[in-house]
Amino acid sequence: MAKEYRYIGKKVPRRDAVDIVTGAVNYLDDLRMAKLLYGKVLRSPHPHALIKNIDKSRAEKLEGVKAVLTWEDVPDWRGGTPGMTRILDRKVRFVGDAVALVAATTEEIALAALRLIDVEYEVLPAVLDIEEAIKPGAPLVYDEFEGNIVPPEFPLFGPGCLTGVSMGDVAQGFDEADVVVEGTCGYQNLPNAIPPEPPGVIALWEEPQRVTIWASTQAPAVDRMILAGVIGWEVDLKVLGHPVGGSFGTKIVVWQLESFACALSKASGMPVKMVLSKEEHLATFVLRPESRMNAKVGMKRDGTVTAVSGTWLVGTGNHSTTTQAQIAVGCGEIQLMTRCRNWDLKSAIVCTNRNASGSVRGFGGQELKCAFVPILCLAMEKLGIDPLDFIKKNFIKPGDGYFWRDGSWYQYRGIDYSPAMDQGAERFGWRDKWRGWLRPSSVNGPLRRGVGVGVHGNADIGEDVSEAYLRLTTDGTATLFSCVTEHGTGQRSNYLKMIAEVLGLPLEKISISPSDSTITPFDFGPVGSRGTYAIGSAAIAAAEDARRKLLELAAPLLDAGVEDLDTEDGMIFVKADPDRCLPWIAVGHDRTILGYGRFEPDFTLANCMTTFVEVEVDTETGKVTLLEVVNATDAGKIIDPPGLEGQLNGCLGAAGIDSALFEETIVDRGTGRILNANLLDYKWRTFAELPVIKNVVLESAISSHRFRAVGVGEVSTAAGPTAILMAVSNAIGVWLVEYPVTPERVLAALNRVAGGPQGGAA
Amino acid sequence: MVNGSEVDFGIGTEEHQVPPSETLADTLRERLGLTGTKVTCDNGACGTCTVLMDGKAVLSCMTLTVECGGRRVVTIEGLRDPLTGALDPIQQAFIDEGAFQCGFCTPGIIMSAKALLLENGAPTEEEVKEGLSGNFCRCITHYQVVRAVMAAAQGGE
Ligand code: FES
Ligand code: FES
Repeated sequence: MAKEYRYIGKKVPRRDAVDIVTGAVNYLDDLRMAKLLYGKVLRSPHPHALIKNIDKSRAEKLEGVKAVLTWEDVPDWRGGTPGMTRILDRKVRFVGDAVALVAATTEEIALAALRLIDVEYEVLPAVLDIEEAIKPGAPLVYDEFEGNIVPPEFPLFGPGCLTGVSMGDVAQGFDEADVVVEGTCGYQNLPNAIPPEPPGVIALWEEPQRVTIWASTQAPAVDRMILAGVIGWEVDLKVLGHPVGGSFGTKIVVWQLESFACALSKASGMPVKMVLSKEEHLATFVLRPESRMNAKVGMKRDGTVTAVSGTWLVGTGNHSTTTQAQIAVGCGEIQLMTRCRNWDLKSAIVCTNRNASGSVRGFGGQELKCAFVPILCLAMEKLGIDPLDFIKKNFIKPGDGYFWRDGSWYQYRGIDYSPAMDQGAERFGWRDKWRGWLRPSSVNGPLRRGVGVGVHGNADIGEDVSEAYLRLTTDGTATLFSCVTEHGTGQRSNYLKMIAEVLGLPLEKISISPSDSTITPFDFGPVGSRGTYAIGSAAIAAAEDARRKLLELAAPLLDAGVEDLDTEDGMIFVKADPDRCLPWIAVGHDRTILGYGRFEPDFTLANCMTTFVEVEVDTETGKVTLLEVVNATDAGKIIDPPGLEGQLNGCLGAAGIDSALFEETIVDRGTGRILNANLLDYKWRTFAELPVIKNVVLESAISSHRFRAVGVGEVSTAAGPTAILMAVSNAIGVWLVEYPVTPERVLAALNRVAGGPQGGAA
Repeated sequence: MVNGSEVDFGIGTEEHQVPPSETLADTLRERLGLTGTKVTCDNGACGTCTVLMDGKAVLSCMTLTVECGGRRVVTIEGLRDPLTGALDPIQQAFIDEGAFQCGFCTPGIIMSAKALLLENGAPTEEEVKEGLSGNFCRCITHYQVVRAVMAAAQGGE
């Protein structure tokens, strides 16, 4: 039944639009509070050292200082997965690791106090390279992790948590192949998502153990769960979410900063605010995990992948909370893009003396693909297979199955994304521009153009639980209670659109609660691309439940059955005879109606993003310019067109496509220091360097919820980096297998061609 | 003058005085409560903290408050029509185009765009991009922003 929606699919200003353009949105650092103290962190100059002595007495005497904490003073709070990382430890594990915490009446005093803390270190040998770290005799980051290998389990995903892909018979698969290739590729440039708003928190500890957290996190309920795991479930912990100034996944896990603020508030009895400086943000907050894969791929002439075997090394820095989960999801995602019966893919997590890795948009899949796809491409090259044909053939089709993150087998019940891929290809002009492997699409003197294509899909769109309450007031208004904060996608406004359709109410009659963990039900939060399907389903179910309760109350008054009734604009009427109607208030002015909705995880649907890119390489300077990007996807029914466009254009930044072009965190292997931990030296794309972006979005009816929509926001960054590597390799006629494609790397690759026979993957 | 009102501070280190080292961003946010001006890098690199001084875009994190004597400062809070409260056409165009995601960079971008349009009422798309090239936006709202600024410029002709 084709129903004309009032709001869904229409361009409706976001609920927070006026606040955003007038500066009225209160991000964490904009909150004002009486008696607020400012917390600062003394950080280690060494990548690996023991604290032999620490003297805080001078700092404590400074006027205005309310608390100074060292590893000797703090409770034994531990975080990370597994929970091995103490909030302050006798041992420091990276340059920038926390050594001491100070709370003072002003930031200046807190900073001055840091300079008065005397620390004597015993410097230990450090290890910064993941392959060095697993060699016998390498320094151990944690004594408990032999060989610096971190346990692979992620408790939330259960005992079957995927740590690799294992099925079929790879030996037989390789026998059946027309070509078998082997290669190694790494995505180890540690791009940083760098949301503009720095990570920040305010904590208030009230004795004996009540804690309030004002947090910059998009998922307060999850934040609460993680922090309770650190500071103890016995603590009465409430988390208040606030608008988030960008996250890109990184602010899902902020327990470290929060636990610092908690400890300082506990010690001082006052609320403590901690906001990282941009330098601290870049040097000590989470990075993408690094990824290196050695793999063997068997392929048939028709593009069938007969076997994949290999090892995926994942560098997690000094610790991480989510790396195991990223591996589990990545291992699921690789199956979505490679239909293959025989797998033997193993992973290992390696810790080193650099800052922690964390969750970043592309969550595991981007890291895995960036290392794996170049190896797949070697096989395609040998067989002369067009990568678009390969992607179309190998991306999951209805009825196929896969192991997902919990280790269970799921059967895909979604759509075939080939039509979206075809339309994207047409928009891009793929068939004209593709000239074969390692062939430029055009040459103009020293300028050579090349094209590439990548794909990414994720079955996270239905992951984890969401709950919502929907309260109807009989004056004809509704309020959604949801533990979801706005972090840039506009989803909080989109849920209101969905509810407006269900209840037949004008949008302005519907409001949304703050994302306060004490008043809202559980929600895993807008992580991955789950916002539209998972969270949307809970909001819809809550609205449907409330609507049904309302109609049940009205039915006797209208002398009709519930099924015979409908409601529109605050009136309840008999469908067959709309003149028989009542306003909502007729069911009682003194009545509140509460609907409840819950979404249970569903891993049988996946989204898909295909990204086509064209680059131009200046073979004299090595400079690579991104000329055009076409993103092709099928989102089901589009809920919010401008929001969707923003998400798709987001493919460039936040450690997406640009992580293949120029973004990287440069770690000095000698000192362990990050050399570009500021926005002058970390390269980012400006307005002056915008490629053309075209987004092709189909709107098939996808079997999700009643609006037949799925989220695609998270995946927009993930398909592009491999496409860039492919495009540059094609432009210059030689394989590049390292990210990013800096001028030095391009020139070095060109010299390799000039100097001798062309090599395969490094 | 900040957003049309006279503001007067003594210079010094007493609590009510502005120390000579205080930045305009800090004065606006911490003393005047004008938190619409956001700070990303605090280092002159990202344009988030942009405000107008005598009609020109300046980075408030790199401007010392002591240097602002006798100047007219306008922040994002001062863009609305003071009498009617109506949004500035640029603000309205940003809403119409949905030219923001997380919104953290948006006040700075709007102020840069305002300065640009004050100087050049009918810019080309290239001039808009050039004029905003100092503004960092990690969500990638650039395309929608350029459309919004072009629409505001055309609407204002
Ligand atoms: S905050 Fe002022 S330029 Fe970045
Ligand atoms: S809208 Fe988020 S950084 Fe620009």
